[in-house]
Amino acid sequence: MRAVWQALTRRSGWLGLFGATLLVVLVLLALFGPWLDLPDPTRTNLRARMVGPTITWFSLGAHPLGTDQLGRDILSRIVAGSRVTLMVAGAAVLLGGVLGTLLGLISGYFGGWVDRILMRLVDIQLALPLMLLALMVVAALGPSLRNLIGVLALVSWVRYARIVRGQVLAVREREFVQSARAIGASHSRIILRHILPNVLTPALVVATLELARVIVLEAGLSFLGLGIQPPDPSWGRMLADGRTYISSAWWIITFPGLALMLTVLAVNLLGDWLRDFFDPRLAVR
Amino acid sequence: MGRFLLSRLGDGIVAIWGVVTIVFVVSRLLGDPAILLLPVGATEEQLQALRAGLGLDRPIWEQYVTFLGGALRGDFGQSFQFMRPALSVVLERMPATMALAGSALLVGVVLGCVAGSMAALFRGTIVEGVVMLLALLGQATPVFWLGLLLILLFAVDLGLLPTGGYDGPMSLVLPALTLGTFTTASIARLLRSGMLDVMKDDHVRTARAKGLLPGTVFLWHIARNSLIPVVTMVGILAGELLGGSVVTETVFSWPGVGRLIVQAMEAKDFPVVQAGVMVIATIFVVINLFVDLLYGLLDPRIRARR
Amino acid sequence: MALLAIEGLSVGFAREGRFARVIPDLTYSVEAGETLGIVGESGSGKSVHALALLGLLPQPPGRILGGRAVFDGHDLLAMPEARLRDLRGGRIGMIFQDPMTALNPVLTIGRQIAEPLIRHKAMSMRQALDRATDLLALVGIRDGARRLSQYPHEFSGGMRQRVMIAIAISCEPALLIADEPTTALDVTVQGQILDLMAELRDRLRMTMVWITHDMGVVAGIADTIQVMYAGRIMERGPVNAVFASPRSAYTYGLLQSLPHGARPPGGRLMQIPGAPPDMFAPTPGDPFAPRNPFATPRCHREAPPLRAVEDSVAGHMVAAWYDLPRLLA
Ligand SMILES: Nc1ncnc2c1ncn2[C@@H]1O[C@H](COP(=O)(O)OP(=O)(O)O)[C@@H](O)[C@H]1O
Ligand SMILES: [Mg+2]
Repeated sequence: MRAVWQALTRRSGWLGLFGATLLVVLVLLALFGPWLDLPDPTRTNLRARMVGPTITWFSLGAHPLGTDQLGRDILSRIVAGSRVTLMVAGAAVLLGGVLGTLLGLISGYFGGWVDRILMRLVDIQLALPLMLLALMVVAALGPSLRNLIGVLALVSWVRYARIVRGQVLAVREREFVQSARAIGASHSRIILRHILPNVLTPALVVATLELARVIVLEAGLSFLGLGIQPPDPSWGRMLADGRTYISSAWWIITFPGLALMLTVLAVNLLGDWLRDFFDPRLAVR
Repeated sequence: MGRFLLSRLGDGIVAIWGVVTIVFVVSRLLGDPAILLLPVGATEEQLQALRAGLGLDRPIWEQYVTFLGGALRGDFGQSFQFMRPALSVVLERMPATMALAGSALLVGVVLGCVAGSMAALFRGTIVEGVVMLLALLGQATPVFWLGLLLILLFAVDLGLLPTGGYDGPMSLVLPALTLGTFTTASIARLLRSGMLDVMKDDHVRTARAKGLLPGTVFLWHIARNSLIPVVTMVGILAGELLGGSVVTETVFSWPGVGRLIVQAMEAKDFPVVQAGVMVIATIFVVINLFVDLLYGLLDPRIRARR
Repeated sequence: MALLAIEGLSVGFAREGRFARVIPDLTYSVEAGETLGIVGESGSGKSVHALALLGLLPQPPGRILGGRAVFDGHDLLAMPEARLRDLRGGRIGMIFQDPMTALNPVLTIGRQIAEPLIRHKAMSMRQALDRATDLLALVGIRDGARRLSQYPHEFSGGMRQRVMIAIAISCEPALLIADEPTTALDVTVQGQILDLMAELRDRLRMTMVWITHDMGVVAGIADTIQVMYAGRIMERGPVNAVFASPRSAYTYGLLQSLPHGARPPGGRLMQIPGAPPDMFAPTPGDPFAPRNPFATPRCHREAPPLRAVEDSVAGHMVAAWYDLPRLLA
C-alpha cells in the first residue's frame, strides 16, 4: 500500500492517476450513456443538418457539439460510439490476452519444438504491420462486429505471448516450482498454481499498452470503412464521414477525434504508470 | 559477425515465407475466388472453366505450392482492375510510399532526437515539461485525425498547403508531418529517458574529469550511448509507419501502395492486395535487418557477443 | 610551497527535503611533490570533497556552501567553469574507484585516451593515438597499438584501471587525485597498481592525493596521512609518526583493524564497533564520541579543534580532547 502511495505521489504517478480517472469517466459515460437524456444518436433530421456547436459557458443548447451532415447529434453519437469502441477494444484485449498468455505459458513451460514453433509464429506476425494484417483479415471475413473483435484479438496476442514466455523462463527455475515438480505435481497444476500468478502482472501491463493500440487500430479500420458498420456509431466512421464536409463543418471531425485522443491518452498514461510501477524492464519492446 | 548476419538473413526469409503463407490462407478464406472474379449471372460452365484456369480444382497443398512458387517469382497474378501483373501495379506506387514513409521517418528521427535531447538537457525546467506533454499527446493522437486537423488548419483555414494529392514537395509536407508525429513522440520520450539514465553513469563523470567541453561530453558520452535503444525503436516504428501510411495515404489522397491496397480491397482486386502486402512486409523485414546491423555497429558489446 | 591549499571547504546535500552538511569545515594543504593519503571509513566525505574541488559534484543534490581551494595560486571554487575545465584532465588528473563503469563502453580505448590530449595538448587524433600507444606501454599494457582499437569490455578490471591511469596522467598533471583506485580490484592486482602508481609518481614528479579506506595502502605510498571522519580531519601527520603513535581513538581503531603488521603493540585485530554517523542528524561534540570507548564527557558536548601534538614530530596534529597514549598506557 505504501509503495502504491509513493508511486502515486511521483510525477508520473499523478499522470497515471489522471489517466485512470479519465478512463473511469469514459467508461461510466459509455455505460450510463443511454440514461443521459441525449437525443437519439441515429435519428436524422434534415432540417438541422450541420448545426454548429451550441455549447457556451452558460448553457448546453440543443446540440452542444453540433450535428453532422444528416442532422444527427454529435454528442450523442460520441457517447454511443464510446460504448461500441470500449466494448470492442475491451473484448479484443481480453481475448488476445487470454490467448497470448496461454500460448506464452505453454511456450515457456514446455520449451522444445513447441516453443520454437510458437516463437517463430510470433516473429512472422511481427513482420507484418498490424494494420495490414487486420485489413486483410477483415476484408476476407467481412466486417462484422464479431469478426472485428476476433481480428483485433488475433493481431495482439503476440506481445502477451512474448512477455509471458520470458517471465515463465525466469520463474520456471525458481525453487518453489522445482519443489512442486519434485513432489510430483502435474504440469497443469504447476502452471496454474505456481507460474500463472507470476505472469499475471506483466500480462496486465501489456494489456493496458495493447488496449491503446487496439482502440486506434479499430478506429483506423472503421475510418477505412472496414470496422464497425452503420448504423452502429463509431468514432472512426464519424471522422471518415465528416471528411467530406471539412471545409464547412469543422466540428464533425474535431470532436470524435478529440474523444479518441483523450481515450488513448488516458489508457497510455495508466499503462505507463503501471509499467513503471510493476516492471520498468518492459519499457522498450 | 558473418554468421550472425547469415542467421538474421535466415530469420528474415522465414518471416517472409510466413507472410506468404498467411496471405495464402487469408485469400482462401475469402471463399471461391472464381465467383468473385466473374460478373454476376455467369454460367456454371464459365465458373468451372475459370476454376480450372486458376488451378482451383486441384488439392489445396498443390495450390499452396503453386502460390509459393508464384510469390517467389514475384507473380501474384493479373490485377482485375488494371489487367496487368499485380506486382507491377504495386511497384509503380512504391516511389510515392517510399517518399512519404521516408520523409516521415526523417521528420520523426530528427525532431524526436532534438526534442528528446532538449528535454534531457533542460530537465526539471518548463522545456522538459512542454516537450513531454507534446510527446504524450503526439503518441495519443491517431494518424488520420491528425491528418484531418492539419488539413483543416493549414489547407482549409490558412490555405498555405494543398489538402492532398501528389504534386511537388509542398504536397508532401502535411502527410509527412502527420505520419511522422507518432515517431517523433516515441523517439523523444525514449531518448529523454535514455539520456537521463546515461547522464548518471560513471563514464560521464570521467569524461568531465578529462576537462572535455560540454558539447563533446554530450555528443560522445551521452548522446552516442543513448542512441542504441533508439535504433531498436526505429525498427519497431517502421512497422507503425508502414501501417500508418495506409490511412495517411487515404486521408491525403496520396497515390501510394497503402491507398492502392485499400482501393483494391474495395474493388476485390485480390492479386493487388496480396502483392501489396507482400511488398510492404518485405520492406519491413529488410528495414529490421538493417536495424540489427546498425545495432551491432553502435554497440561493440553486442558485436562481440555475435 | 603548497600546491593545493583548501580553506574552510563546506559541502552539503539535500535529500528528501532535508539538508546535511556532509563536510562542515575542511582545511588542509598539500605541498608540491608530497603524497597525501586520506583515510576514513566509507561515508566520511572523501569522495565528495574531491569531486567538489574539481567541480564534478552533482549539483543538485550537492551544494558547495563555502570555502576556498587554491591550486597553484588560483581558487578552484571561484574560477569560471571554463577555466576549471582547462585544469581538469590537464594539470589536475583524477582516477575513480570503479574501473568497470568509469570507461565509456561504446568508444574505443584509443579514443578515450586520446580525448584529453586533443583537448589540452592541441594534438591531432593521429598524434594523440601515437601518444596513447606510449602511454599504454607506460602503464604496463603491452601490444598497445592493437589494444587501442579495442573496447573496455575486452579488458579485465585491472587492465581497465591501468587505462584509467593512462588517461589521468596523459597530460602529465601536476596534481593527481586518486579516489580509491584499488578498492574494486583483486588483492594481487591491487599491489601491482599500487607499485605502478608509485613508480609513475616518481617518474613524472606528480603531487598526489590518494584516497582510500585501507590503512595498509596508505602505509605503502603516502608521505602524510590524513584521517577523516564525518567530513572532518581527526588526525594528520607524517605516516611514520601517526602509525607509531596514533593520537586519535579513530586512527587507533583503524590501525587495529589492519590484518597484518603495522599494528601498535597490544592491539587486537578488530572492526570498530558501531556505524558512521547519520549526517542528516548531527550531534554536538566529537562525531566519533558515540563509538569511542575513551570518550570523555567533554567529547560528547563540544567538538575538539585540530591542534598540534606537542610530544611528537612537527606536522602531527589531532582533533581530540583526550590524550590517547596516556589512556592506553
Ligand atoms: N549524491 C548524493 N546524494 C546525497 N548524499 C550523498 C551523495 N553523495 C554522497 N552523499 C553523502 O555524502 C557523504 C560522504 O560521501 P562520500 O564522500 O562518498 O564518502 P567516502 O568517504 O566513502 O568517499 C555520505 O554521508 C553520503 O551519504
Ligand atoms: Mg568514496
